[in-house]
Amino acid sequence: MAVSNLRCRECDATYPLEARYACERCFGPLEVVYDHAQLAGGDVGELRRRIQAGPQNIWRYADFLPLVDGAPGPSGRLTSRVGLPAGCTPLIRADRLANALGLREVWVKNDAANPTHSFKDRVVSVAAARARELGFHTIACASTGNLAGSVAAYGAAMGLESYVFIPADLEEQKILSTGVYGTNLVAVKGTYDDVNRLCTELAAERDWAFVNVNLRPYYAEGSKTLAFEIAEQLGFELPDRCVVPVASGSLFTKLAKGFGEWTDLGLIDGSLPAMNGAQAEGCAPVARAYAAGQDFCSPVKPDTIAKSLAIGNPADGPYALDVARSSGGSVTAVSDEEIVEGISLLARTTGVFTETAGGVTTAVLKRLAESGEIDTDERVVLVITGDGLKTLDAASGTFETCEINPTVEAFEALGADRAREASVR
Amino acid sequence: MSVTVKLPVQLRPSAGGVSQASVEGTTVGEALESLFASHPELRERISDPQGSLRRFVNVYVSGEDIRFLDGVNTPVTDGAELTILPAVAGG
Repeated sequence: MAVSNLRCRECDATYPLEARYACERCFGPLEVVYDHAQLAGGDVGELRRRIQAGPQNIWRYADFLPLVDGAPGPSGRLTSRVGLPAGCTPLIRADRLANALGLREVWVKNDAANPTHSFKDRVVSVAAARARELGFHTIACASTGNLAGSVAAYGAAMGLESYVFIPADLEEQKILSTGVYGTNLVAVKGTYDDVNRLCTELAAERDWAFVNVNLRPYYAEGSKTLAFEIAEQLGFELPDRCVVPVASGSLFTKLAKGFGEWTDLGLIDGSLPAMNGAQAEGCAPVARAYAAGQDFCSPVKPDTIAKSLAIGNPADGPYALDVARSSGGSVTAVSDEEIVEGISLLARTTGVFTETAGGVTTAVLKRLAESGEIDTDERVVLVITGDGLKTLDAASGTFETCEINPTVEAFEALGADRAREASVR
Repeated sequence: MSVTVKLPVQLRPSAGGVSQASVEGTTVGEALESLFASHPELRERISDPQGSLRRFVNVYVSGEDIRFLDGVNTPVTDGAELTILPAVAGG
């Protein structure tokens, strides 16, 4: 296989492909290294055909994922013998949204269309498969909500025991849509950062695969499949710009890594898209560092309705800042009010109902369009990572319901009233 | 002041295999210096050449990140627990 070893991003120390995540020399994060030189004999056309002949899920990109034994087995978009097939989600041309914002070409990558309704199924697919390769019987995670549901579901699908740790104040929809899979659900009195610290301590004491702790190097690679899909769905072309939510900064940096790997291999031409990170003002450690010109992030205590992005101590923050700056992008924070407006704008112009994180992303796109940071002829991809049904409260108050008696007269009276209102405006 | 320092798995080989150490100090900085005195190999693992904590090292006093307190100047009381952990991404 193309995967060769783990390497520290800070000091380049190398390690075998085990369940480890931090460098013993400097504590830097470990990342998977590949040797793609021999892939398809270096023939780009052959490599494209190889990808296109793959299954309709993330395993079509198995050559770029960190499984030693390759893709886990036969699967397709709607059939599978190896757990839940993730990925191959729709990329939707969003002309009405583009018109509303004065832009030429906007695409919505709707990753809510994954098995548990968020992009986390990509990373958990990879981590759970790697956990099985490494001989683990239990998968676990610290989660802001979406990861919880995904780990619980993949545990159920693959017959692995699962433990899911969440902040106790999580949205009810996320708790219900996790517990239903029969996981061991642990609500921790504290923030996500407290949950994350607890799980980091537990990972040292338990023989479990914490997907985003000791399996993090493998897990994070799954996010690259979003970049691969965007490029493939655009006909092996790069967009000019991507607007992406930032919590830990992992998705944001891995999208850039995915585009970079394919560009290096000649599968796609051009330079890295401008990468715009999106955060909520109530938890904006990366956006603040960006605005202040810093190359590190000072941690914050989160206070925002965008709970899936509420990571106050983003470990990949420094790398996210690098990606934003080197690609000609930025990291922007928006208010809770703008987040709700963003959910509404996306829903009303595209038919896609996203959770609060997607409201953040849409609101940042709106900001960038209004500030003129986006050229009007750009091709922009808006990355929507989760489903509005998981944060329903955010949608309340964004519309009115008319209640009437069940008579034609009552309805027509309503219509007449509405027409009168319209003419007054 | 006697302080317990909990060590992450990544540091245990440099500390003779122990998972925690008992040290002396009235601040986080003093406690760490005391730790380095008994386990010299740990210094370069945790600190950069300028003597600051490396950027992927998180230190907690009774569960609170010292960056929300007073950094290495954060006072520690007798019996306090100091936890060192690598930063981990992913939510």
